[in-house]
Amino acid sequence: MKHTLKQLETIANTIREDIISMLLAAGSGHSAGPLGLADIFTAFYFEILNHKPKDPNWEDRDILLLSNGHCIPVRYAAMANAGYFERSELKTLRKLDSRLQGHPERLRLDGLENTSGPLGSGLSQAAGMALVLKRSNNLKRRIYVICGDGELDEGNVWEAAMFVGKNKLSNLTLIIDRNNIQIDGFTEDVMPLEDLKAKWEAFGFKVLEINGNDIEAVIDACLMAKAIEEKPTAIIAHTIPGRGVDFMESDFNWHGKPPNKEQAQKALHELRTLGGKIRSEHQ
Amino acid sequence: MSINKKNSDYLTSDLNNPKRESLRSGFGQGLLKVGQINPNVFALCADLTESTQMHLFKESFPERFVEIGIAEQNLVTVASGIAAMGKIPFVSSYAAFSPGRNWEQIRTTICLNDRPVKIVGSHSGISVGPDGATHQMLEDIALMRVLPNMVVIAPGDSVEALKATLMMSLDSRPNYIRLAREATPVIFEEEMPFKIGQAYTLLEGQDISLITTGTMTYHALRAAQELFKKGIDAEVVHVPTIKPLDEETILKSLKKTKIAITVEEGQMNAGFGSSICELASEKYPVPILRLGIKDRFGESGQPDQLLERFGLTYTNIIKQTISFINLTKKA
Repeated sequence: MKHTLKQLETIANTIREDIISMLLAAGSGHSAGPLGLADIFTAFYFEILNHKPKDPNWEDRDILLLSNGHCIPVRYAAMANAGYFERSELKTLRKLDSRLQGHPERLRLDGLENTSGPLGSGLSQAAGMALVLKRSNNLKRRIYVICGDGELDEGNVWEAAMFVGKNKLSNLTLIIDRNNIQIDGFTEDVMPLEDLKAKWEAFGFKVLEINGNDIEAVIDACLMAKAIEEKPTAIIAHTIPGRGVDFMESDFNWHGKPPNKEQAQKALHELRTLGGKIRSEHQ
Repeated sequence: MSINKKNSDYLTSDLNNPKRESLRSGFGQGLLKVGQINPNVFALCADLTESTQMHLFKESFPERFVEIGIAEQNLVTVASGIAAMGKIPFVSSYAAFSPGRNWEQIRTTICLNDRPVKIVGSHSGISVGPDGATHQMLEDIALMRVLPNMVVIAPGDSVEALKATLMMSLDSRPNYIRLAREATPVIFEEEMPFKIGQAYTLLEGQDISLITTGTMTYHALRAAQELFKKGIDAEVVHVPTIKPLDEETILKSLKKTKIAITVEEGQMNAGFGSSICELASEKYPVPILRLGIKDRFGESGQPDQLLERFGLTYTNIIKQTISFINLTKKA
């Protein structure tokens, strides 16, 4: 590992603070998903990905696609903390002329691998990329794609799942953010997804289930996926939406809205004191 | 009728008794050629490989062919990913399904994401015939021409379809090419030039501009021949690239004749004729009559019967030209 677990947890916390600050400055955007994904993005940008933040188009890089584009604040925050651009730019999120569009646009910012927002298309784009690498016997690079669980309602996902399974794209790893919420409520009420593990297995995937808020578990699962050569891997990462901010956790009402000033202050205080574990705001 | 040597020289000598070949066949041969020239070209199909004439490519380059199954959303999004790796994917299906079913994916993952995916919509138009309205794609021009970044091509015959396929493989933008099922008259000699974004004045005339796209150009050429005998000197402007439009060639013709008829085998709403009207109304307003399908679906029948029913034949173009000239004279 390039960092200690303690260091990674601190980075994840900083990313969460950045998410709150960005959303407050933007005045709109999604809170719950990005906070829940902070540990996964920390694991990717600081351990898992073979990448060069100062050379985002490096030809041997691993590719990470974000399928559920509305969670983009966490990616912007992770990229800034990893050195792709200055953290000060995060405050431009969703503003006129910003490179940080409300939903990610590849052409606006180097390091974004796709343009997304409309759900359900990430896995198939990842499949196209993985297929090209596989057919050209390129074993150096890997393709990762993160999608939401509510997103699995989309038919396009299952068209892609059949395709990935058929072609045994073992160089592709899908991470499903299983946070159980979507805009209209809990996923199991809106459109039940379970038995999710059995579904992905039926489509030809090796399925790993982990705690997606455990950075070490995320790193370990991606390492294991790398070692599985006969089939693609789907990692069902159970996360707590709004993770790290007590009043947002597991509440689907926080799916698509930003905190107001007072709420942001409360959230930042909680993050800076690690939920009351330390007294002063700055370590 | 004075003849533009440059373009009309490439017309086949006997338009009254032409050889017939389908646009999709021209595409299939073109794709094979492109595959031979460029090792980065891929071909993806959604369970219609032979019908869309991709089988020639598949047989020669199986390692660059990708079977997607009946999944048009996946067809274009997988292609977006393949293009991201520096490849040039051609994706084919019937136009009713692609771009009919997967428009949003084309918009987001290909146009906004700027990936040079080549979308091939076979079986467009009313002339699909007996399969009926569900399979007769009439809205594809409208759907594709509103997308920023998308190039829209409707070749006039199989010769041009082949050439367009070659040129598409060299173009860095997303492209849509509109093909038809039926064998249609071959109007061009093999030496006919083709450049994306260029319109071609095939016959020069003084009295009216017949501005056409796709296989309707043949009917316009026939109509112009007959009209000349009746004392009407019609100009025929063939527009194989619907977007971006060759404004210069089209405006030059409108400035000369000051009246035009557009012909397309598709919905007139937001279609090809509409794009000519948009151009004219802003830069050189003249009377324009559009011929095409007017806000309704097709139906089963033989291709020739359907073209007749919907007025997409040279005989109707002749009739409409005479009455439109008379109408505008009275006004």
